Amino acid sequence: MIDSVLPGRGDAFPSPTEDARVAPLAVERRGLVGFLATVDHKRIGIRYIVTGFAFFVLGGTLAGLMRLQLAVPENGLIGPDRYNQIFTMHGTTMMFLFAVPIMASMAVYLVPLMLGTRNIAFPRMVAYSYWVYVIGGAMLYVAFLLDVGPDAGWFSYVPLAGPQYGVGKRSDFWAQLITFTEVSGLLVAVAIVTTTFRLRAPGMTIERIPLFVWAMLANMFMTMAAMPSVMSASTALILDRLVGTHFFNPAEGGDPLLWQHLFWFFGHPEVYMIFVPALGIVSAIVPTFARRTQFGYPAMVISLVATGFLSFALWVHHMFATAIPDMGKGFFTAASMVIAIPTAVQLFCWIATLWTGRVVLRTPLWWILGFFFILVLGGLTGLMLASVPLDYQIHDTYFVVAHLHYVLIGGAVFPLFGGFYYWFPKATGRMLDERLGRWNFWLFFIGFNVAFFPMHVLGLWGMPRRIYTYSAAMGWGTLNLVATLGALLIVTSVALFIVNVARSLRSGEKAGADPWGGETLEWRLPSPPAFGNLQSIPVVTSRSPMWSPEGIAGEVRGLASQPVEVLVTSGLDAHPDHRLSMPSPTLWPFVAAIFTSIMFIGSIFTPWAVVWGTIPIVVAMTAWFWPKRGEVRRNRALEKAPRLEDA
Amino acid sequence: MTRRAGRVRALAAGAASLAVAAAALAAPAQSALDPAGPQAAHIHSLWHLMLAMCALVFVLVVAAAWIAVLRHRDRAGGAPELGDDPGRDRRLTRNVGLATAASAVGLLALVVASVATDRALAGLPHEDALHVEITGHQWWWEVRYDDKDASKVFDTANEIHIPVGRTVALTLKADDVIHSFWVPNLHGKKDLIPGRTNTTMLRADAPGVYRGQCAEFCGYQHAWMGLLVVADPPDEYARWEDAQRATPPEPTDATIAEGRRVFESTTCAMCHAVQGTRANARRAPDLTHLASRRTLAAVALDNTPGNLAAWVQDPQRFKPGSNMPPVQLPPEQLGPLLAFLGSLK
Amino acid sequence: MKQLVRSCALVLALLGLAACERERRDFEQPPSAAKIASGVRLSDVVPGGPTNATPPQNPLEQNAFAVAEGKRLFHWMNCNGCHSEGGGGMGPALIDDVWIYGSEPANIVATIVQGRPNGMPSFAGRLNDQQVWQLAAYVRSMSGQVRKDVAPSRDDQINSRPAENRIEKADPRNAALPAASEHP
Repeated sequence: MIDSVLPGRGDAFPSPTEDARVAPLAVERRGLVGFLATVDHKRIGIRYIVTGFAFFVLGGTLAGLMRLQLAVPENGLIGPDRYNQIFTMHGTTMMFLFAVPIMASMAVYLVPLMLGTRNIAFPRMVAYSYWVYVIGGAMLYVAFLLDVGPDAGWFSYVPLAGPQYGVGKRSDFWAQLITFTEVSGLLVAVAIVTTTFRLRAPGMTIERIPLFVWAMLANMFMTMAAMPSVMSASTALILDRLVGTHFFNPAEGGDPLLWQHLFWFFGHPEVYMIFVPALGIVSAIVPTFARRTQFGYPAMVISLVATGFLSFALWVHHMFATAIPDMGKGFFTAASMVIAIPTAVQLFCWIATLWTGRVVLRTPLWWILGFFFILVLGGLTGLMLASVPLDYQIHDTYFVVAHLHYVLIGGAVFPLFGGFYYWFPKATGRMLDERLGRWNFWLFFIGFNVAFFPMHVLGLWGMPRRIYTYSAAMGWGTLNLVATLGALLIVTSVALFIVNVARSLRSGEKAGADPWGGETLEWRLPSPPAFGNLQSIPVVTSRSPMWSPEGIAGEVRGLASQPVEVLVTSGLDAHPDHRLSMPSPTLWPFVAAIFTSIMFIGSIFTPWAVVWGTIPIVVAMTAWFWPKRGEVRRNRALEKAPRLEDA
Repeated sequence: MTRRAGRVRALAAGAASLAVAAAALAAPAQSALDPAGPQAAHIHSLWHLMLAMCALVFVLVVAAAWIAVLRHRDRAGGAPELGDDPGRDRRLTRNVGLATAASAVGLLALVVASVATDRALAGLPHEDALHVEITGHQWWWEVRYDDKDASKVFDTANEIHIPVGRTVALTLKADDVIHSFWVPNLHGKKDLIPGRTNTTMLRADAPGVYRGQCAEFCGYQHAWMGLLVVADPPDEYARWEDAQRATPPEPTDATIAEGRRVFESTTCAMCHAVQGTRANARRAPDLTHLASRRTLAAVALDNTPGNLAAWVQDPQRFKPGSNMPPVQLPPEQLGPLLAFLGSLK
Repeated sequence: MKQLVRSCALVLALLGLAACERERRDFEQPPSAAKIASGVRLSDVVPGGPTNATPPQNPLEQNAFAVAEGKRLFHWMNCNGCHSEGGGGMGPALIDDVWIYGSEPANIVATIVQGRPNGMPSFAGRLNDQQVWQLAAYVRSMSGQVRKDVAPSRDDQINSRPAENRIEKADPRNAALPAASEHP
């Protein structure tokens, strides 16, 4: 039993179960300054999640407008220009401002808790990434309200978004939004990967990492590999539009197809960046409600990693109708089919876990059941789209709209809602209402299928995507009306969720540390966890530390609380390595984000903004990293010189 | 939520979905499920195979998942077990392995079927194919019928006639942004990309009028960029071809002659061409045989005198954002102009 | 502090209004568009006292869509046939600072509608008023007279000169028809 690994200040810290009665490690400042200066991963994570959800509601509202316009043929509700802006904003919001960031935010909140550490690595950088993200999103919506919102689709193909046909500044705002969200995403990815490899509780070897964390790790590596591609593409687009380069100008040696390759090389992994974390959420919920450990852990891990790798080999399946040679396309058909295998393995392992478990059916698991139904259907239509000849017919039709919503909503949003119901008690100390949860689920499930299943038929009946209206003679009116009614059900469901959250925050049933009987370390902490999470770091000896009788073999005590110290452990075996002081709260990430945003937005209008705008950023970042006397003094005081006599 | 209610709801959802799917059998126009030529027919067969296999897999997997949950319910919720039962683990590993292997075999079958269909599509015989070059514009289709004899080349727009039973080789180019040529009854789609030339081949085996539509978002009027492919029996097609090659005769009627003069001396000639007149611009659809077409404005309107008059006077009312300006002429000029356009058979 | 907030709000409001005006897409033609403004003068010399009338400006010069339409019309009406992407040839250059018949928007509109001696066609009755004002706005952008965020960017064609949004503004000066020896 390891009682004290490091010589510390010698105080006997109370055992973890008494954490709740002990004052937290430190208290961050209240008020606006405290809000802007926080370096607590939980506060940052929650605001990231709330912001992401707000963008989900905004994107959903835009979808509601689209459905209202398409409910009847030749509808005059929304004209073509406004409709083009609306569907572009819907796609851009959902993909760049909701789906990817919210998965990253779940990681920011949960990964340190699951790994048994006090904070995320590089907390100031994570704070900076949040401000960059929210300012970028706000910029996009302000632009939309000023009639300068992008109107060339979320994928912004050139030449339509290019300098000649993309008139005005609309596509420039889109391209800069990409810069904002990609900078934000890359920085969070670096933080999560570092946290996962170096800040784990001692004894949490690489084979004992929760599957949720594995999914986030795979996701973050995918982020780091994919986002540079879209950043190159959006930068090239801005250069073409603002400065007159010829990246996409066929008359001067460029190629519109270059855009498609660069974009989809990112775009395909991106949908897996949305899907893979959701697989992690499913792997967190299924064992808890099956009351047994997840079957096939090694296979699950390999499947997650394989899915991540394979997702980079599929991108041309978005381009089958272009002038690409047939043999090349055939490779991408095969790859697009092969990626179904790791997902199938995971599905079978979950079914095996549930089949051999004693299932407790609560709201989080209902959402997972919905995931099984909708995602599997979406994945199968994906196989149809993967086939080149069949894709020739269904590409760019409502069949694809149906498929993508089945995989994204079924594969990501349903697990996400399951995750919300599952971890809401941990984050807030209150349970969400179970009955409202069932209504929420069923309305969404039924509404979703009513809205999106008919779109498969519409696509086969010849209805292309991205049209603001259609002729009454086409016979598409009835199914479009049905789809709109389904959309209204979805709106009702989401409203019900918001009501559930609001009521539960006020008067929901109080949750203890472990309302579901979970197996991972976050259920050891009080609900909600205090600043700094833990007084002492658990020493872990099992993959299911909360379930194994000797899952936690001891505590590491002696980490300082002012400044907050974390224990850095080795990459594979999580041997304790050294203590690291975390930074104290600071306003500089917020200030640097403001200056960064000014530079980004200025460069929409003039290339000189890059030159002049860099100066304040450099100043802010210098101030950010400048060592503070008080911190240095405290760190020096905590240093221990090696002793020459007994250990 | 009782188990029974849950099952009933799931069944209801399934039944509703099947009903919608069944409705697909009675497909309206422009449907991929109603092939009229070999290319679309090959793809339709592949669709059937994939639908059957995927539906089977869907039912099996979802049933397994839902049964796994609903069968092993434990309301009390017991202590969690760590899953160290090697015998059971071996059984589960074997089952998961078998299911995975079955999935791999199924996927291989789909890949083989896909490649086979691809080869069938490429195997369309194309000696003596009709050559048509299509250039996509915002928001209309420029059509040129190629011929080895240059005097037989002719232009039209938005409406393509082809002979039944003869392969048509289409060359696809774009003038401005990316478009996509798609006539679902006959074949899948191919993109028209600026700076590149794409090709596709199709054949109609039954006479009829097949509607198509641009399938790559191309701006304000992407929604109304349709086209018609009219498959005629070979003799009827030959007659149509001859009529299209013919230059309109000099007008004998005074009103039509006045209309032609108006056409040549106002906005129309700035963008449109009519063979045999002074109007030779190539920026807008060729109107030489406008009156022989079934529709106007890329299948946005039926070709009737009322629609033509309304379109000419205010195109933005039907296709806001299109490049055609309103024709603001006094009635004594507008009437003859419309009569002239109506005479262009 | 309050001053800073107020001036930021003002700047943002201006940016906002400018954005609204720049990005408007007016598909409907106005029922009776502006006629050629009276008061278009080809000479600065006036008898008697000076008139204080300011020449009418072209509101379409604030609108990126209109200027882009003007560019499309410039190509479609084959202005390049004589003006060669603004570099001139048979016709005078449009990207320099030399204006023979006046550089004000109304002057350019008059030139397009009336035609000019030595080869400039008259487009009266061929282009409607909206199209003429769009063309005039584009022509002014070719010498950098239009705000950079409104001016069009490069074409997806072979480029023979910098895009209109990269051209330095050339302050217009009037000139008589160049003598034959001055032709390039």
